[in-house]
Amino acid sequence: MSKLVSVLTSNWEKSDSFTISGYQRDGGYKALEKALKMKPDEVIQLVKDSGLRGRGGAGFPTGNKWGFIPQGDNKEHYLVVNADESEPGTCKDTPLLMANPHVLIEGIIIASYAIRANHAFIYIRGEIVHVVRRVQQAIEDAYKTKLLGKNILGSGFDLELTLHAGAGAYICGEETALLDSLEGFRGQPRLRPPFPAIAGLYAKPTVVNNVESIASVPAIIDNGVAWFTSMGTEKSKGFTLYSLSGHVKNPGQIEAPLGITLRELLEIAGGIRAGHKLKFWTPGGSSTPIFTDQHLDIPLDYEGVAAAGSMLGTKALQIFDETTCIVRAVLRWTEFYKHESCGKCTPCREGTWWLVQALADLEAGRGSEADLDKLLDLCDNIAGRSFCALADGAAAPIISSLKYFRAEYLQHLQNGGCPFDPVAATLFQGSLT
Amino acid sequence: MSSANFTSEQITKMDQIIARYPRSRSAVMPLLHYVQSIFGYVTDEGIEFIGKKLDLATAEVNAVASFYTQYKRKPVGEYHIGICTNTLCAVMGGDAIYSALKDQIGSEHDGVSADGKVSLEHIECNAACDYAPVMMVNWEFYDNQTVESAKEFVEKARTGNPPAPTRGPKKLRTWKENSEVLAGFSDGLANEGISAGKASLLGLSKMKNSGNN
Repeated sequence: MSKLVSVLTSNWEKSDSFTISGYQRDGGYKALEKALKMKPDEVIQLVKDSGLRGRGGAGFPTGNKWGFIPQGDNKEHYLVVNADESEPGTCKDTPLLMANPHVLIEGIIIASYAIRANHAFIYIRGEIVHVVRRVQQAIEDAYKTKLLGKNILGSGFDLELTLHAGAGAYICGEETALLDSLEGFRGQPRLRPPFPAIAGLYAKPTVVNNVESIASVPAIIDNGVAWFTSMGTEKSKGFTLYSLSGHVKNPGQIEAPLGITLRELLEIAGGIRAGHKLKFWTPGGSSTPIFTDQHLDIPLDYEGVAAAGSMLGTKALQIFDETTCIVRAVLRWTEFYKHESCGKCTPCREGTWWLVQALADLEAGRGSEADLDKLLDLCDNIAGRSFCALADGAAAPIISSLKYFRAEYLQHLQNGGCPFDPVAATLFQGSLT
Repeated sequence: MSSANFTSEQITKMDQIIARYPRSRSAVMPLLHYVQSIFGYVTDEGIEFIGKKLDLATAEVNAVASFYTQYKRKPVGEYHIGICTNTLCAVMGGDAIYSALKDQIGSEHDGVSADGKVSLEHIECNAACDYAPVMMVNWEFYDNQTVESAKEFVEKARTGNPPAPTRGPKKLRTWKENSEVLAGFSDGLANEGISAGKASLLGLSKMKNSGNN
């Protein structure tokens, strides 16, 4: 596989990859030494030049985000790392933090130095205790070895780092809801502008970055812009983690340059499970419009996926074969959005409940063809009409599934219920009766 | 409300939590995790005490506690089981597992078994889709579950011998103990367990096998 790379994943096979000694043995914290010898603005420029884009879903250029922080403003600045990984299908930051928490800490120190923040936070998902443990220990060890605290490596730069565990709310992955949550409120999105770069945590200039974005920074500092931009495509530079799950022979994490295709990724994963064929898939989590077997050769970079009508999102490829009922899949995602809607905006709070009711009826074979249009009308009244993108995410699987699988919805009506056997879709179908 | 129900050691720990933040209100969430570590759930007296500590109305603390699903307002079992029934895990077998455990435990969502040992809820995607179907117990990973493996877990947990997590410490900790970790207090077990499971290493091992390193 000439396409694969191992930067973020390079040390994951080692039994002590998550310890400070294991990380330093493999060259860890060398990029920090280099960065602290540069001027903060030079670090920002280098990350801008690398073309690194946010790996948490939106793909916004990371260096530009850092550059938006007003300097010389006499205010505290904050860096907040979004480690609240919870977009359905997304499972990359979790193994990264479990196997190598120090690469995140190194990236945090570099980013904080660049934006001139003296206090950084990691907002970590509260539903995976062992990952919390690993990051907790890594922070403790970084303090002990003077990589955090006062006068880091004799540079005169001070940084405090606080780990903050969430408590089970998907919406806190949205950056402004995350900030409200970190301030001790219910996690509800804020109206923008002002953007966090101007008024973020405690109304101070704040950068919010995804784990993988920050964890990519040390390698860029270490190896340089030319190295990073030699990978990827014209506007989507570098490498990233693709997460394959579902009906594939070997699901898992694949690190590759941006622009690889699902056909290539499936080859690495051993293909669709034996005896079955691809039906539909999400390119970047459940909030990104689904694709089908027509889309095997789309380059999985920000532009390629957008041109085909979806979004690269978190590069969470959930793969479903022909045993999966599209209506069941979409209904379950819709129930998720209903459950996770924070309730702040009426279209999303009320609309997601309506969507669930309409879909549940369709799954049970109740209703008429006109209900399909009603679903689309509801989506039109929800998407783009709320503070944050949760509502857009709720509409995405419905609109896209109706585009590709309208006939299957109708089949439920003709059949008076779901024509699929749910047992056939399970991994242990042979052992269930 | 006096502080009589909390020991001086507990109050010291709460002060340590508050000291982590530039503004005290940010401590609400870890304090709620900490209250769960003491009582097993968020009690009324815990909410009142947090309010007093942070100079917030009880209603303000309550508003936060009721927003987040990890905060429980009634006791859960010593082993709290979550079965992922979001689309991918549900399709791969999560629905069948949840339904089997519901029968076995004899309780619905967020219910506790009669012996108080285990409780069950269906959970949303827990960021381990490459290990589907996923079960969480006290928020530790139990990967690649089947109906049989999940039922076996319940049986063993009831006799006090729960199997170990697949990616986690050698021995499963209790709900209260893990809540204390979430409140930010180390239990010293970070070095236990594997660095990465097989699925996490998919790309890396393919690359090494093809000699393209």
